[in-house]
Parts: sequence; structure tokens; C-alpha cells
Amino acid sequence: MTTSLTEMPTSGYGAALWRGLKSFALLRESWVGMVGAFLVIFWVLVALFAPLLAPFDPNSSIQPFAKPGAEAIKAGGTFWLGTDHIGRDILSRIIWGSRTVLIYAPLATLSAYTVGILMGLAAGYRGGWVDDVLSRVADIILSFPVLVLYIIIIATIGASGFNIIIAITFASSPGIMRIVRGLVLDLRNRDYVAAAQTRGESDWRVMLIEILPNARGPLIVDACLRLGYVIITIGVLGFLGLGLPPPDPDWGGMVNETRQMAMAFPHMTLFPCIAISSLILGFNLLADGLREISLRD
Amino acid sequence: MNQDQAPVLVCKDLCISYYTRAGEIPAVVDFSLTVKPGETIGIVGESGCGKSTVAMAIMQHMGANGGIKSGSITFKGRDLTQLSDDELRSIRGSEIAMIYQEPFASLNPSLKISTQLMEVPLAHENISKGEARERAVQMLGDVKLPDPERLMDSYPHQLSGGQQQRVVIAMGLLSNPSLLLLDEPTTALDVTVEAGIVKLVADISKKFGTSQIYISHNLGLILETCDRVFVMYSGEVVEEGTINSLFTWPKHPYTHGLFACIPLPTADKNAAPLRPIRGQLPLPFERPQGCYYHPRCDHFKSGVCDVDHFKMEHVEGGSSDHRVRCLRYKEIDHDLLTDIEEAKEVLKLGKRVLNVDGMKKYYEVRDSSLKALVSGKRIRYVKANEELNFTAREGETVAIVGESGCGKSTFAKVLMGLEKGTEGEVRHKGKDISDIAVRDRSAKQISSLQMVFQNPFDTLNPSHSIGGQISRVIKKFGVESDKKKIFDRVMKLLDTVKLPRDFYFRKPRQLSGGQKQRIGIARAFAGNPSMVIADEPVSALDVSVAAAVTELLMEIQREHKTTLLFISHDLSVVRYLSDRIVVMYLGHILERGTTDQIFAPPYQPYTEALLSAVPIADPEVTKREIVLEGNLPSAMKPPKGCPFCTRCHRRIGDVCDNEIPPEQAVADKHVIKCHIPLEELKKVEPVIHVPDDSERIHARQ
Repeated sequence: MTTSLTEMPTSGYGAALWRGLKSFALLRESWVGMVGAFLVIFWVLVALFAPLLAPFDPNSSIQPFAKPGAEAIKAGGTFWLGTDHIGRDILSRIIWGSRTVLIYAPLATLSAYTVGILMGLAAGYRGGWVDDVLSRVADIILSFPVLVLYIIIIATIGASGFNIIIAITFASSPGIMRIVRGLVLDLRNRDYVAAAQTRGESDWRVMLIEILPNARGPLIVDACLRLGYVIITIGVLGFLGLGLPPPDPDWGGMVNETRQMAMAFPHMTLFPCIAISSLILGFNLLADGLREISLRD
Repeated sequence: MNQDQAPVLVCKDLCISYYTRAGEIPAVVDFSLTVKPGETIGIVGESGCGKSTVAMAIMQHMGANGGIKSGSITFKGRDLTQLSDDELRSIRGSEIAMIYQEPFASLNPSLKISTQLMEVPLAHENISKGEARERAVQMLGDVKLPDPERLMDSYPHQLSGGQQQRVVIAMGLLSNPSLLLLDEPTTALDVTVEAGIVKLVADISKKFGTSQIYISHNLGLILETCDRVFVMYSGEVVEEGTINSLFTWPKHPYTHGLFACIPLPTADKNAAPLRPIRGQLPLPFERPQGCYYHPRCDHFKSGVCDVDHFKMEHVEGGSSDHRVRCLRYKEIDHDLLTDIEEAKEVLKLGKRVLNVDGMKKYYEVRDSSLKALVSGKRIRYVKANEELNFTAREGETVAIVGESGCGKSTFAKVLMGLEKGTEGEVRHKGKDISDIAVRDRSAKQISSLQMVFQNPFDTLNPSHSIGGQISRVIKKFGVESDKKKIFDRVMKLLDTVKLPRDFYFRKPRQLSGGQKQRIGIARAFAGNPSMVIADEPVSALDVSVAAAVTELLMEIQREHKTTLLFISHDLSVVRYLSDRIVVMYLGHILERGTTDQIFAPPYQPYTEALLSAVPIADPEVTKREIVLEGNLPSAMKPPKGCPFCTRCHRRIGDVCDNEIPPEQAVADKHVIKCHIPLEELKKVEPVIHVPDDSERIHARQ
């Protein structure tokens, strides 16, 4: 070790990657986390290789004007999971639909976190009127029933992928702000924060470099859980017809479109539902696993 | 003590292990102990030596992963390791009671004191509620709590820390246990409060005939409370004996090392400095072959000490129960070593660098209650600092002494620019900085005034590497700007604080408390400060580690001619390292002067009480006992007159309550704030009497 000390330390990215791999190796010790990670990775791979995996074009009616009761629309046979009410292959739509979920859910979560963290840092660290204003705004937003809030926002700005992100950010960042604020209230009294202040660091540097990294544990766990909620939300929005505009496949939309036939043809709604719940379950189990290993150390 | 009675507790060849993912960790090995009725046993050792594990084993409360591997614990003839859960439950709390370190964690915050106290006899005995209440009130009186009836109806948060600990002790004693385990019962308390608790603990065995096991890291406290003492190191007892024989003739090199680490009244930072024990406590699974202490021992002899593990041995010529675990104790001449240490040069003081003149700091507290609105008193003030006056010279060490809430940390905050002073001036190098916030100070001003923090576990950011954190300081203060040069400077700083260079890449969690504190010191000195404020830098560290860090701090100070403002509550450390002392109480400076002036009469009565409260680990040093009554008043409602009047043992009358005492100059720069005339204060006897070498039974050091 002593000889290499004359050199500068290895690049930050390499070290960060190594640390990431090491914490993933820790996850192996929690089987709950492993199951969660498996489910999530499964869906990520499906989304990545959608063009290769999907047997049919998700948007074209392969079984035109399928009549109720016809052989082909049931599961099994040519169409593994059957077709929907207008004859589109459900398996292909689920495979392509995973892309929608796995693009918009993380983006929306990330965006909600960015806003929530900045608000929480400012409220917790600065305190005073900044805290008062931000906390009251958060209270107002949180006092709305979430669904009503989504309907109002989407109805106002229109249904599109980008607007879904905006709506989710608006509705969930106050909750994140609350968590961050609580963590910051505790962390800002630490001596290392005082040390940074006494050497005249700027507020943003103290907040982002000294405080935020130490709040990461609970935030990562919460982010995993929240990702699950966001997937539900996107599903619900799709179900309400406020999701992505048709015909692009969207799991929630698929349930909505076929729900009237659910009694006669349960497979049309069942399989998209299974897809949604398995991904959410994956994220929730992963969050549990992460919490378990973070408590252990 | 009755020697003939059957012992209360006998631990025989006890081995305790914890089982973790990393495998079996032997926490305690080969531990034997006999407690006679009414006897107080002290277990002393540094953190990680297994002393709390012993207490937990006696309570049979080891947790899921701990277990007694071999040996027995016999309590009144019954082997505790063989009892069922039900039998144990009837013993715990009724026959063996335990008192923990933090009183506020031992009491349930949502239950009244009465409920919690009455529960003890109600659970273990078949008595009525009225009787239980009567006994609880009686016991609260016995632990010297004023107004027990009112206390019974209070909730824990309404009591001070000292009162809470008394309640916990009362709770422990209520069932009239035969054995009381005290695990560092005063560590979380202030010194004057601690002195009261220690006196109470010492009286318990006399009054109730209860045997006690007192666990502490502080040899001074052990001396004041115990009859016999066990010194533990790395999971085993290395020396045991009566207080007198062990404190007067310590045999084991580790016991010697511990004594050399404590700033006794005979130590002096220039003539007779502390001698920290080198190295670190080995981890339980990395214990060396043979004597566990040999890698750190100055008397190590290859082929003798590092061969086999050996048993305790009776000390030849010592008293009957003085035993030691050392093969070479007879050959070692401890007096020889002392001469090797050479005296250090006395640092010459330079020009005045800090001038605090009438500095005041009030915090505004807005009261938005209806009552305040009606009476018009909406803003109240917490008077954290009241008229501070003192100076510091280049290279000087000025100690600010006081208990929690005395305003010493607030002063540090004003000095650092984290708070603004309300009135008065704080001139650093001629410039008033009391109302310049840190962000408005120039880089030079900031870098010349740095701080070492108290809590080693908090002082470093756990998310960043050691190297990164020190580099940032260097970069921020513009000491160096070139990457390579910054790196070289960090390396040099690591050398200065005597840590290996590869710590650059480490994260704080990979460091021990003492190492973290060294990094904290390196960080403070990275910008070549002219003045460093050290806020209790060693109070959270073990004795041997604290000694090393103290010595290091002084060495760097000596080298850089830095002015050191040392904030502490521990007068023995302060006496050892400071040139001048400022005694604070409730925001006021009650006395200030050179170290010798403070430690000799005339005293301000509070200084006198503080001096008396400091435990000194030397049986031949005698102290006058002054135990303060009552609690520190709230800074929101300080007494109108002298801040100390509510607890003062020398109160002379109404003048104390109503008028702020005048500053009386005893000598040049020795100032006492008190109503009592100087002539009378001068007649007071010294609190601490240190015998001359000729008077000593055994000359140590």
C-alpha cells in the first residue's frame, strides 16, 4: 500500500462502481431482497429486449373482429396469453408495455425526488420562514385526495408521458420533502456540518455534499417503495383513461380497455394485472431487502 | 463488612462468547469474582474490555447471540446459568437490580414516577398498593430527593438528569436487592451532579447492606466508591485487589499504564507529562499469543510473555487478595521508567491574540402563548453569555470550565462566527469578529480560527473519505491549490497526527474513536490556524486514548505556537494542560486566573465545589467534601442576583439573591465574582491536599 501512496487515488467512477457491486453482493444475504431484485431485473430485461421477445406487433389486430367465444382469443395456442377485444396479442402488448412503465415510472420518481429533496433540504436546513412556506405548501398539496389531484392536473394539461411525470412530481414531492426535512433536522446538528460551516462553506455545498449523502440510506429504501406506488399510479391513470394516449400499449390502459369483458374473458385483464403486481412486488421486496441490509451495518 | 458470611455472588472461571456471522467472539475469558455481603466491587477497564458483558452475564441477559461458554455464576448458592426463565425473572429486579448509564433511557417517559416505582414491589411481593406507595416515597427520601410526594406525581422529563438517576437507583433498591449492578451510572451526568450520586452510591452499602458491582472507566470514581477493584483488559482480569493495595502498589504494567494516562495532581504538562499507552486494544479475535497486553507493554520479554496464556497469580508480599496476571511483575521496577521521560521546554507566550471584552449573547425566544400576548411579554431572552471578559496570548492554553448549560459552547459559536454576539467585542488579532458571520469573514480570518469537536463519531462526515475531508480544508483555505501539493500536505498532516498514510483512502467508520479525533485535529490544523478551539476533545474517549490525543494536541500546539482554547468540564485535564482557567456558570464568568491561582484559595464557592467534585485516582490525595444541592437553574429564568446563589454552600444572605456580585481582583488577572469579602475567601482551606513525596507511603512517579 505504501508504494502506491505517492500516486493519486484511482478515479472516482471506478471506486463508485466497485462500491455499488459490493453493496449488491450484500443483498445476496437477504432472500427477500434477492427475489425482489430478480423480479425487477426480469422486467428490465424484458423491456430492453422487447423487439426480440415480442412475437407479434403489439398494435395490430392479428385476429380481426374476434368474436366473443372464438377459439383464438383464449390463452394458449398461437397466442400464448390470448388476444384482447380487438384481436391484439396480449403477450406482445405486455412486453412492449413494460417499456412504458419502466421509462415513465423511474423518470417520474426521479423528478419527484429531485424536487422533494431540494425542498426538504431548504426547509430543514434553513428553517425559519423558508420552512414555514414550504411546509404549508406541502400540507395543502397533501390535503387533496391524490386521485382528484391527478385528474385535475391531467385534465388541465392533457394526457401525455411528460404530463404524467409532471403530475406525479407535483403530487408526491411534498411527501418526499417531509422525509428529507426530518432527516436534515437531525443531520444538520452533527459536528461535521458545524465543521463545514466554520470553514465558510456555502449553504448549498453543506446541504448537498455534507448532509444529503448521509440521508441516502432511508431515501434509497423509500425510493424503491415509491417506485412501486408510481407504477400503480401510472396504471391507475391508464385505467382512468388519463394515461398514455392509445394505441401504444400501457398496462393500466390494457386493463381499462378490456374491463367490460373481464367477466367473460378474465385473461384480458388478468395478465396485465399480474404484470403490474409482479413489478410492484419486485420493487417492494427489493426495498425490504435494502432496509434489512442497511440496518445490519 | 462481615468476612464470615457466605458470599453473595461467586463467578468462577467464567468464559462468555458472542456468536456472530464472523464466528465466535470470546468477549470475556477466565473471569472469577467473589462478592461478599455489603461489599462494593469495582470493575474498571476501557471500552471493549468486557466489563458490561460481565454485568449482562450476571443478569443472565445476554441477548440472542451471547452465551456463557463455561464456568458458573453462583448467586446465594444457586447457579444462575442453570435456572429457568421463570426462576430468573423472580431473581432479576428483586434480588439483583441493575442501573444503567443513561437515566433518561431507563425510565419510561409516558408513565409517572409513582407508577414506575410502585411496580417493583407490586411485581415481586404480595402487598397492597398503599403499602407500595409508602415504600416508594420512603425510598425517594432515602436517595436524598427533595419533596418525594411531589416527585411521585411527576413524569421523568420533569426531572433533571441527576434526579432521574436517583429515581433509577431508588427503583433498583426498592425490592431490597442483595446485589446492585451499576454500569457507569454517572457517565452521562455533570461533575457536581456526579459527586452527589457517587456519595449516594457509597452510602448505599452502609445503609442497606447491599452488595454492589460498580462498573466504570474512571479510576477516580472507583476509588471513591469501592472496596475492591478488578482491572480488566481485553476480556480478562489483569489485576485485582483492595483499593488500598492496588492503588498504592499497582503491579500489572497495564494498571501502571492507566495511572500514567490520568492527569493526577502530580502530573505536569512540561515537567511530568502523561504517558499514553502505545498501540490499541486488540480485537477479541485478534488477541495475541500469551499475555494479551504484551504488544503494548514496555516490559515485554520475548520467550516469556508471548508463549502461553497464564492464570492470575497471588502477589507475593501483597495483601491477601491482591492478584495479578503477569509473569514478570516481580522483576519490573516501575520507578525506573519515570526518569527516562525528559522534561519539555516551557512554551513562551507571545503577544495577545484574543481579547474578549464585555461579550454578551442573548437568544430571543418568541412566546406565542395567549398569556404572553396578554401580558405583552412576547419576547424573552435566554442569556447564554453574560459579560464575558478575558484574553489569550499566542501559544497560551486557556481553559473554559463549566458544566453543561453554562454557555461555554455558545461562546465557541460566537467566536467561530456561527452566531453573532449581542453586545461587546471579541477581538481576534485586533479585529472585532463578534458580529461578523462566518460567511462574511475572509478566508484568512476563517483559517486562522479553527475548531476541534467533541464527539469523535460525529466530527467526520461518514460519507466522505478521510483524505477528501482534509484536502477540502486545504483547498478551501487556499493553503495549496495544486492537486499533488494538496495530497502531499495531507500526507504530512497524517504524519503529524501519527496515523498511517493509507488512512487517506479510508472511510470514517473504519477508524476507532481516538483515530477519528486525531483526524479532527489534523483537519483543524490543516489551514495553519493561529487559534484552535477544542470543545471537550477527549471527553468521549477512553483514558489511554484520551491521554494520547491530549499529548498530541499539545505537541502540535507547541510546534505551531497555536493559542488553544480548551473547553471542558473536567478540571483534572484542565489543570494538567492549561495556563489559565476561566470558570463559567450560567453564562457568567465566576472566576478567572492562572491555573495555580484557580486551584489554590481564595476560591469562588462554585470553583471550590467543582474542585471537590473531581474524582482523583490517588488514595493519598485528600479532598474536602462539598456536595451541591439542587439543580442548575434554567437559563430562561436565571436568579436575579448571583447565578450560583440557588446552590451555593457559602450563601451569605439576601444580597446573594438580589444583586449581581462584584468582580473582586485578587491579584493581577485573578478575578473572583462573589459577594463574600476577599479576606474571608482567603481563609478557606485548600480543597485538594496533595501530600509531599516525604509524606507518601509509596512514591509514585
